[in-house]
Amino acid sequence: MNYFPDEVIEHVFDYVVSHSDRNALSLVCKSWCRIERFTRQRVFIGNCYSISPERLVQRFPSLKSLTLKGKPHFADFSLVPHGWGGFVYPWIEALAKSKVGLEELRLKRMVVSDDSLELLSRSFMDFKSLVLVSCEGFTTDGLAAVAANCRSLRELDLQENEVEDHKGQWLSCFPESCTSLVSLNFACLKGEINLGALERLVARSPNLKSLRLNRSVPVDALQKILMRAPQLVDLGIGSFFHDLNSDTYAKLKATILKCKSITSLSGFLEVAPFSLAAIYPISQNLTSLNLSYAAGIQSSELIKLIRHCGKLQRLWIMDCIGDKGLGVVASSCKDLEELRVFPSAPFGNHAAVTEKGLVAISMGCPKLHSLLYFCHQMTNAALITVAKNCPNFIRFRLCILDATKPDPDTMQPLDEGFGAIVQSCKRLRRLSLSGKLTDQVFLYIGMYADQLEMLSIAFAGESDKGMLYVLNGCKKLRKLEMRDCPFGDSALLTDIGKYETMRSLWMSSCEVTVGACKTLAKKMPRLNVEIFNESEQEDCDMEDEQRVEKMYLYRTVAGKRNDAPEYVWTL
Amino acid sequence: MEVVGMKKENMRFEETELRLGIGLPRNGSATEELVVRKRGFSETETQDHTMDLMLNLSTNKEPTSEVDPIDNTKILQKENTLLPADPAKPPAKAQVVGWPPVRSYRKNMLAMQKSSNDVVGEENNAISFVKVSMDGAPYLRKVDLKIYNSYSQLSDSLGKMFSSFTIGNCESQGMKDFMNESKLMDLLNNSDYVPTYEDKDGDWMVVGDVPWEMFVESCKRLRIMKGKEAIGIAPRAMEKCKNRSY
Repeated sequence: MNYFPDEVIEHVFDYVVSHSDRNALSLVCKSWCRIERFTRQRVFIGNCYSISPERLVQRFPSLKSLTLKGKPHFADFSLVPHGWGGFVYPWIEALAKSKVGLEELRLKRMVVSDDSLELLSRSFMDFKSLVLVSCEGFTTDGLAAVAANCRSLRELDLQENEVEDHKGQWLSCFPESCTSLVSLNFACLKGEINLGALERLVARSPNLKSLRLNRSVPVDALQKILMRAPQLVDLGIGSFFHDLNSDTYAKLKATILKCKSITSLSGFLEVAPFSLAAIYPISQNLTSLNLSYAAGIQSSELIKLIRHCGKLQRLWIMDCIGDKGLGVVASSCKDLEELRVFPSAPFGNHAAVTEKGLVAISMGCPKLHSLLYFCHQMTNAALITVAKNCPNFIRFRLCILDATKPDPDTMQPLDEGFGAIVQSCKRLRRLSLSGKLTDQVFLYIGMYADQLEMLSIAFAGESDKGMLYVLNGCKKLRKLEMRDCPFGDSALLTDIGKYETMRSLWMSSCEVTVGACKTLAKKMPRLNVEIFNESEQEDCDMEDEQRVEKMYLYRTVAGKRNDAPEYVWTL
Repeated sequence: MEVVGMKKENMRFEETELRLGIGLPRNGSATEELVVRKRGFSETETQDHTMDLMLNLSTNKEPTSEVDPIDNTKILQKENTLLPADPAKPPAKAQVVGWPPVRSYRKNMLAMQKSSNDVVGEENNAISFVKVSMDGAPYLRKVDLKIYNSYSQLSDSLGKMFSSFTIGNCESQGMKDFMNESKLMDLLNNSDYVPTYEDKDGDWMVVGDVPWEMFVESCKRLRIMKGKEAIGIAPRAMEKCKNRSY
């Protein structure tokens, strides 16, 4: 290949798309590294502190699309105190300065200020796509800037963000000349929307394929919008509240009949009882259904709806569907690939699902490869059956609401059940454990889960051996996060080289001490070892023997970060 | 098994049957047993074999909120076991930070929806007694619609209630058939009785047209009408049947 001119190699590289493949290309030789650098358009940075924005821009001047992730995953569950970091501003600033032609920015768990959105909107003429997932720090003013200034905006996708509503008219800020929208998702916004502006925007967006509304959009507006956009493929309904006898409902039913392209449905943040019948005509086309926020739908109605959804591949629901309802899913949705069952009342809900529902699903849906299942209880027998029926799991996340509950039939820990899962599912990349678990389960994971990249553990294990089994056995491990496990210094320090092969390690309420963390930090300069000191005492001197409440370490070439708050000590 | 031990188990069982919330200490000898169920487990530990209580009692582990998560874990791991959790019992357990692992966004959304549903829900409380009158019967009855799941269950119950006032089985059978949506058309011409109800708007409707749940929500009172008076209503019922879209 070295005999070919650069242009030929570039052309070949165009066909190499995945991040890991491109990363591999750049390691082959200097000239390939050079060519790859200049042709690289999409960059994924899983930890925004692993590299500096300046270094990114320097290495990849042709960058068009950047994906950044900020806070550690457990920040989702309130385990990371406020102000930890993950600010996007320095990135946008660096990109703007370097005149990179940014077109797409995808952020997860980052702090996004209105200023950053403003800067973003003014700096990149061809900016097309903004996707914010679980971010915070911005208001509708920032959205107004994006709407007003991004002339070629195609995608504005806001997923589960905390957005402050400033009662502005951000939607009206889309200029009349903006006709390029393909995807608009503002379901997470809490405030009112200018309905007229929305309708006009939809009317002048012939390419609009995905539209997810928030709760403030009433049914009559929905009906008018659907009339304008029968080409929609993905619809998120905000409010579905109406009088069943009204004209509006009749019109809505008629309009929905015309939306034959809809294959993905979500929302129903507000629902009138017995109104789902309006959806039946399009249910048979659905491949994706997310009713995990539809608290107003009774399980009987939900079950009736699902009977119509024979083509479903992805289903997100709440556990009020019950085991019987999951049985209906199993018999109706033979193509199901991804299932998420969320708790409708995280504590003590008698309508929750159990192992029976999961077993039923495994029997009816052999194509299942992604699971997130919040349940009341689980048995080893059930897990073993599931493992046999569904060997294709890539993601298997089980959350037993009672964190240390053993198998209720045998009172045994769930080691054997999870062991069966990792042994059977050879392609498993992500695993979350719960229930009563000893070191044995970690032995199984170390032995069998050789494709495992992410492992989440809580209230599990008995000794350092558990953690060591995992660190030794899982060669592809990238992210390890654990809370309330009895793993301590010995486990932490046995194989410190391992951490440079991983993106990050999170340990909270475990048994590691300050001294061990200091030792680790000293020996591994390319790791940032952060300890969170949340104690009130100002002059609290961290004694070496003191147990660390929260530790987060990650590999980095950027050195110690300069935006850490008071409570974060980078050792 | 010692008799004394058995007694203790039985007492605990009965006590928990009544308990719906955190066990408050009562005065008297029952206090110790009530405090925490895991005490009971360690009592059983003293016997040679562990007891499989299988009584669907509420859970062993009820850590108090003062216990910090690590100690909590240790307690959990130690006494975790044998008693299966009772799903119906509201939790007395500590709410550990970040568990279950549900995104705060999701938690907030559900909380918001719950509070707005509660406002609506106040109108739909857990019981729904309506008066039931039958033409020709000397007095009325009351039924709680929420305890039934279907028209056939309701009709069974009404049939039993009013059977003493009907002549022979065939009439109560006829009324049962009335409650069966699909047979409504067939029987309108044959039977003397038409079950009707007054809905929220004050209109008198024939029973059986709408889904069960909807009926429960909108029914204010029931009247089992005798044939002659039902003539006015029946044609309307027939129209409704024709217009039914589902």
